[in-house]
Amino acid sequence: MKKKILFSLRSPYREQLDVVGFRFGHGRKALAVVGAMRGNEVQQMYVCSQMVQELKKLEARDRIAEDCEILVVPCVNYYSMNIGKRFWAMDNTDINRMFPGYDQGETTQRIADGVFSSLQGYEYGIQLASFYQPGIFLPHVKMMDTGFTDPAIMKDFGLEFGIIRKPRPYDTTTLNYNWQIWETKAFSVYANATDEIDERAAEEAVNAILRFMDNRGIVKAKTPPGYITAILNESETGQVRSDHAGIFFSRTEIGKRVGRGDVLGIITDPFDGELVSEIRSPVSGTVYFAYHSPLINAKTVCFKIIK
Amino acid sequence: MTETIASIPLAVHENLKIQKRRIKNGRNKTRLSLVTGTHGDELEGQYLAYMVGSYIDEHIDLLDGILDIYPALNPMGIDSITRGIPMFDLDMNRVFPGTKDGTMVETVCAAIIDDISGSDVCVDVHSSNIFLKEIPQIRMSVPTAPTLLPYAKMMNVDFVWIHESATVLESTLAHTLNTRGTKTLVVEMGVGMRITKEYCKQLFDGVLNLMSKLGMWKGDTAPVREPIISEGREVGFVNSDAAGIFVPCADFGDNVNEGDHIGDVADPLTSKVVEEVRAVCDGMIFTLREYPVVYGGSLLARILKPAAGGEA
Repeated sequence: MKKKILFSLRSPYREQLDVVGFRFGHGRKALAVVGAMRGNEVQQMYVCSQMVQELKKLEARDRIAEDCEILVVPCVNYYSMNIGKRFWAMDNTDINRMFPGYDQGETTQRIADGVFSSLQGYEYGIQLASFYQPGIFLPHVKMMDTGFTDPAIMKDFGLEFGIIRKPRPYDTTTLNYNWQIWETKAFSVYANATDEIDERAAEEAVNAILRFMDNRGIVKAKTPPGYITAILNESETGQVRSDHAGIFFSRTEIGKRVGRGDVLGIITDPFDGELVSEIRSPVSGTVYFAYHSPLINAKTVCFKIIK
Repeated sequence: MTETIASIPLAVHENLKIQKRRIKNGRNKTRLSLVTGTHGDELEGQYLAYMVGSYIDEHIDLLDGILDIYPALNPMGIDSITRGIPMFDLDMNRVFPGTKDGTMVETVCAAIIDDISGSDVCVDVHSSNIFLKEIPQIRMSVPTAPTLLPYAKMMNVDFVWIHESATVLESTLAHTLNTRGTKTLVVEMGVGMRITKEYCKQLFDGVLNLMSKLGMWKGDTAPVREPIISEGREVGFVNSDAAGIFVPCADFGDNVNEGDHIGDVADPLTSKVVEEVRAVCDGMIFTLREYPVVYGGSLLARILKPAAGGEA
């Protein structure tokens, strides 16, 4: 293992920002894994730290394939993490909306450029992703449909679901999208939590990435048996939105099979405690996202169901 | 008449309401929409909305048409000094056109688009953010310029910046409305979290002139200035390479030559100048950094290069 600083940025008032990468193996660039790009992505950083642990063991046992190099970048934006902010602390811009970056541009464009120059040229790229709303996901893998990456490759993660997302205009400046434009087969792995650590989900994500690497001939790793991944388009998933506002209680769990009409959650009045809404599933399927916060506004996505 | 165009219940005893005021007089159906407050830290448009609305109220007989004023597309953002939408950290101007059966923000955006669509002209007023001060200007993409430029020239701005299209900008209010046939001008002026009265007065004269040219204002108008058009001219970007505090020694609107000293980046701890900032090209400074603390990459100034063989 080689620990290397991939990009540095001087701060007027803090220690220099050093984006650190861990390299394993030698030779062709096989896989890059990126963790937290936002200050609240603690779970994403934790998953990468556990990947570093596993890869150290595999390297010690000579289980990394010849002519394969793996790069793990646990955290790009720890400046924000250390002060409890989500986006870049100075100007609140999102590094994951600055790719491919620009070395003569603004600060977060320069960070994106510096990191992206280290992430280019890999055959595969995995980003540990998060969602903008508070909630928990069933661990799954997602890819953006740019026409470059074969969706069937998602099966090699052995997660229950692989979801294909049609890129929207605002996706075109993300790492995942630009990786594909620069011919890296790119995937996002969702490991349940964001701003808290879920050890079980993190272990599942680490196993999924190890399984992927094993299936792709990058490492030889023993992992628990995975799922036969169902590949589907994001449009085939159902979103359940709250029709009222108030205090939210989930009455289901992620991964649970539910039937049409089943109660998934309830909303009560925040002042008098009266029940104001029962949230029922409009379809039969598996719950793969559940809102996780005591207060809820109307028209908030509170569950996502894979039909 | 004040109308609520979108209302979404919030968690505790409150609704998010997007409101507009319609001022109407005469038989003419020509409609101008004055829109602002998409970014909660941009306040120049708040004063402009007040100025225009109160003046028209006092001279209602001179109005022959419909003026719709939308002062706060992101009211929670303005209320909490948050650029994006509080709670979500989402830039509202990356969510348009929204969708009627979408999330809270998507629903609000769809309602806004529905309501403004059909206006003869829409003026979408932004300030800069808290970091940069902007000369009053209108921005438009190359494909929209043939349609929008004649209207932009009526608006009494100093500068019209015609820029290349970018896919990411397809999620803006202006792109959505222009795509749907509602001519929408994006104004940028001043600096975030502040009101610059002289700029608001300048734009006030521009709005009245636009209304006059649209045939919906029968009162007097002030002469408007001829804006500098960026067409065929390049923009030079001056970014900091060092970290520290930026102290300019040029002002915006200044014409500078390449290599001119326009400011310093100083380190308060070592008491040293860590970077002498110089103009990257000849031209006019139309953007200048207002917030002093800078990192490597922080934008310090934008300079409009002269036209080939022309003046700055």
